[in-house]
Amino acid sequence: MLAVAELYKRFAALEVLSGFSLTVPRNGFTALVGPSGCGKSTFFDLLTGVVAKDRGQISWLGEEVDHLCGVASYMQQKDLLLPWLSLMDNALLPVRVGKGVRKGEEEKARALFRRLGLEGFEGYIPGKVSGGMRQRCALVRTLMFERELVLLDEPLSALDAITRRSLHSVLLLLQTEFKKTLLMITHDVEEALLLADEVVVLSQAPMKIRERFRLTSAKPRKITDPELMGMKEHILEELQEELNHDAV
Amino acid sequence: MMRSRWVSLALILVILIVWEGYCRLFQVPDYILPTPSAILEISVTRTSLLLPHAAVTALEILLGILLSLMVSIPLAVMMFSHPSIEEAVSPFLVASQSIPVFALAPLLVIWLGYGIASKVLMAAIIIFFPITVSLLEGFKNCGSEYVVLFRLMGAGFWTRMRLLYWPWALPYFFAGLKVGVTVATIGAVIGEWVGSQQGLGYLMIQSNARLRVDMVFAAILWLSLMGLGMWKLVNVLERRVIRWK
Ligand SMILES: Nc1ncnc2c1ncn2[C@@H]1O[C@H](COP(=O)(O)OP(=O)(O)OP(=O)(O)O)[C@@H](O)[C@H]1O
Ligand SMILES: [Mg+2]
Repeated sequence: MLAVAELYKRFAALEVLSGFSLTVPRNGFTALVGPSGCGKSTFFDLLTGVVAKDRGQISWLGEEVDHLCGVASYMQQKDLLLPWLSLMDNALLPVRVGKGVRKGEEEKARALFRRLGLEGFEGYIPGKVSGGMRQRCALVRTLMFERELVLLDEPLSALDAITRRSLHSVLLLLQTEFKKTLLMITHDVEEALLLADEVVVLSQAPMKIRERFRLTSAKPRKITDPELMGMKEHILEELQEELNHDAV
Repeated sequence: MMRSRWVSLALILVILIVWEGYCRLFQVPDYILPTPSAILEISVTRTSLLLPHAAVTALEILLGILLSLMVSIPLAVMMFSHPSIEEAVSPFLVASQSIPVFALAPLLVIWLGYGIASKVLMAAIIIFFPITVSLLEGFKNCGSEYVVLFRLMGAGFWTRMRLLYWPWALPYFFAGLKVGVTVATIGAVIGEWVGSQQGLGYLMIQSNARLRVDMVFAAILWLSLMGLGMWKLVNVLERRVIRWK
């Protein structure tokens, strides 16, 4: 379980986090939605240790840690593939930086390429493939990290609707087949409702939890499900309120 | 692209024809201004004289570039890894640019002699700045999200240098090198003017003294072809190394 308690962070006069707490169960899938600029990415930066927290506790599997640098892998909207490496070499980068590439690792990456529909493109450089394929390659790289916790910051928001949809099933695989624990930031309320076990709606900075929605229906889900449609309306209203709040 | 190339070719041709015509019409003596055809002729027929001198100059430039790389690459890496070093060194780097480097040529000849060493150093000093600065610029330009990604993988500075910063900076490096090879030619020749026994610059001075202006022009022609050749070489190298652009 990932547990965050009483996290504080301020940038000069701007208080981004003021006692923020959140838990994600092991092998769970939690989605964060909130108004733009409320502090979601900053929260991830604190988790990964890229930005130092002012105070607060972060613990993973019951053990308190300074940050999740060695525990979590991180994927963003930008695929961050190195343009001079082939897709395969990009995917193997975490291994190459770590203990070095062995035969087994390459086999594993090959299997993932097959699983994610990238077979045959292992030798291509990122500049020669589509955005969806690049993002899939970034997902393979994320999986090659061998880390149980996966942080996703709007991982699919740069893609077109159809590609995004095909990658939803891949994200679900992370939970079911690869037994990852997922924490995902998204602006797409539908995406959150389709994928997550819990959707957390956040307030404007200082970021607080406004409401949490538990979702128990089986996946894959359909957005036409009346229960989801109701939740979607509700969440969108809340986000609208947050925006109006800001305007006042 | 193609069209502008034709235009520049035509322009050169017009200049040459006017030059040739002027010399012939007014019977300009050879020791003032030889005709282009005479220059071309001597450039080809006297290859056996020109080639050894050209080889020396080429060697000076090449060694100058190598020497410069041996210093500027480590320096750029050090300046990048330690901002305090950059702060300490960059004023000197900038100040060094305000000295006309050519003024150093007589000193270098006094210190290092008439041989090839003073010219190598001259060429090296001239290209040192563009290469160091462009490489450092390239390192710094590396996207911070990439650095974060590598940190999360647990990569230390040298791993990041090898896998991230260095390939990232390569296009900058080549831009600097391209500027470098062209100015290095000037450096070597000026070194040769000041004092030497070999090289195209030496040949120019000698021929000038003997009023063999045609040979001066032939040396210039060889020199510019050499500069062009090296520039092309760097371009080819760049295209082989940077395949992703
Ligand atoms: N390094 C920093 N220094 C100063 N202010 C910062 C810094 N990083 C973020 N902020 C500010 O903190 C606030 C939260 O930023 P953050 O990027 O976390 O928002 P977000 O919720 O991810 O927004 P979005 O949904 O648009 O991605 C913003 O007002 C931003 O300007
Ligand atoms: Mg963000």
